[in-house]
Amino acid sequence: MNIHTKFFGEVDIKEESIIEFPNGLPGFEQETRFVLLDIDEQSIYHSLQSVEQAEVALIVTNPYLFFRDYEFILDDNTVNLLDIQNSEDVVILSVLTLKDPFKDTSANLQAPIVLNSKNNKAKQVILKDTEYETKHHIISNGKGV
Amino acid sequence: MLILNRKLNDSIQIGDDIEIKIISIDGDQVKIGIDAPKSVDVYRKELYIKIQEENQEASNTTNDLLNLLKKPNKD
Repeated sequence: MNIHTKFFGEVDIKEESIIEFPNGLPGFEQETRFVLLDIDEQSIYHSLQSVEQAEVALIVTNPYLFFRDYEFILDDNTVNLLDIQNSEDVVILSVLTLKDPFKDTSANLQAPIVLNSKNNKAKQVILKDTEYETKHHIISNGKGV
Repeated sequence: MLILNRKLNDSIQIGDDIEIKIISIDGDQVKIGIDAPKSVDVYRKELYIKIQEENQEASNTTNDLLNLLKKPNKD
């Protein structure tokens, strides 16, 4: 099926690649269906693009490329909601807030996106009682790529 | 918005399975107990708003900014 995207014009996506966010995303509660589109050739950065709203797209990345020691406990609520059976199926993504210059770009480590790659269900989890913040510079704090 | 008067140890029932109880009152601090199913996320409002705002800001990416990702080490 063809969808309108924020960065890549009209894109043909496969129905089975659609990721379902049963609760939407904070700030975009109405959007429950997204796809991941690669941005760079190394496939480090992706656009989490709403299937319905072209203008809704968040840049996401694998946080472990930048923050090797990143860790948090996945609550039972999320495990149940996403029907996670096996920890190996879990994919973690962090939302980036891009800035120019690039060194000001930050990752939101307080609200990781948890994806069950088995059924393509996902949720942006909001961590409570954590030291992680919504803005961690990926260059200075992380090791960079 | 529905506004209710409640005293210490009084509760509010929302739907079948959510109970909100006034646990203690100390000046302008109110301690509230919440009984809700695990499928319901409960957050302090300011935390949820913070994440909403961060997502909104993150979604303001322009094509110019996106180009930075193709050469991320060049500043």
